[in-house]
Amino acid sequence: MASKVELEIITPERTLLREDVEMVIAPAVDGEIGILPEHFPLVTSLKIGVLRIKRSEEEGFLPLAISQGVMEVLPQRITILVATAELPQEIDLERAMEAKKRAEERLKKEEFDKTRAEAAFQRAMARIKAARFKE
Amino acid sequence: MATMRDIKRRIKSVQSTQKITRAMKMVSATKLRRAQERAEKTRPFFERTQDILRGISASIDPDCHPLLAHREVKKITVLLFTADRGLCGGYNHRVIKMVEQELGDFPDLKLVTVGKKGRDVLKPRGYNIIQEFIDVPDYPSFDMARELAGILVDDFIKEKTDQVLMAYTRFQSALSQRPLLIPLLPLEKREMDPQKGRREYIMEPDPYTILDLVLPRSVENIIFGALLESKASEFGARMTAMDAATENAEEMIEELTISYNRARQEEITTEISEIVGGAEALK
Repeated sequence: MASKVELEIITPERTLLREDVEMVIAPAVDGEIGILPEHFPLVTSLKIGVLRIKRSEEEGFLPLAISQGVMEVLPQRITILVATAELPQEIDLERAMEAKKRAEERLKKEEFDKTRAEAAFQRAMARIKAARFKE
Repeated sequence: MATMRDIKRRIKSVQSTQKITRAMKMVSATKLRRAQERAEKTRPFFERTQDILRGISASIDPDCHPLLAHREVKKITVLLFTADRGLCGGYNHRVIKMVEQELGDFPDLKLVTVGKKGRDVLKPRGYNIIQEFIDVPDYPSFDMARELAGILVDDFIKEKTDQVLMAYTRFQSALSQRPLLIPLLPLEKREMDPQKGRREYIMEPDPYTILDLVLPRSVENIIFGALLESKASEFGARMTAMDAATENAEEMIEELTISYNRARQEEITTEISEIVGGAEALK
């Protein structure tokens, strides 16, 4: 059996997940970063995107849609603090598609706040990707 | 002496009031339980954020961030949490009174109020309310805390205010809640004591970017915590107040029942003496 590391995903409203995993692939600001057990201590900021967790060889990767946050990596524990995190079964794909469409339209028009529309677009994309995730 | 019918009517009215207070007490008890559960769930995020702050503080100069800047205090903003409704004992009054006592004389005071009661009481007294939030849901979402934090952080960074305080009611138990006035901004550096919990990290992209990300979250989180705690206190206070009201109603009903019985007896006595009097006259 492969070695494992304790993973905690915490949002302000709840602790979404706390369990031992084999590997975490997180969307860091400067590209995706894969973490295995016994990783060197690290703190990095995360951007909106898809976080992938490998619980075991058989189960494969579990995708989660996350928004901005921080990840603290210690050899025995990974803590992910994000504003929101959703499991695939919690994602409403239809709503995400609508949100994406809306954000795209807003990005084209002048009168809307570009950064907000961009963030909404990113969030919708992360949800869609997580919900449709296949290996 | 009230007539029997009057007393009966009053008993009915007190009984229906009692029904309402009893229902409100029960509803508050349920809401309180949920609010407490939610407040507890926010703790891990807060604690872990503090852990990380402590961890990275060894590698940075904590004075560098605008949210940590201590300035001479000429302008104060207070974030005040009250309820939207009354019927919760001294809950609203206590926290409002605290703000007035502590800061009522401060020349440049701005208020951000959450809940109708704070606004309703302080606006007519000439306080400068820059933002008001009303109709706060029973279980407020994190977005609300984020919005509040956005306004306050923005004002603080633009130096529209030198210090931000938070007036809320700490939940101690269903029976006791304590109003508190605590500093929110600038953030306390004592939480970032590098001696405690110092860790050697690689930091990506760099410590300042991470600080920039973590500190505003930390503010949002403190506000969210206070918001949930105030709500729990509100329900606790309402529950206690309604419990007392239900008991008082019970007492009133007892007293009224006694006077009702007395009135009934009196009527019977009068009737009997009339009959006896009549019979006597016939002899």
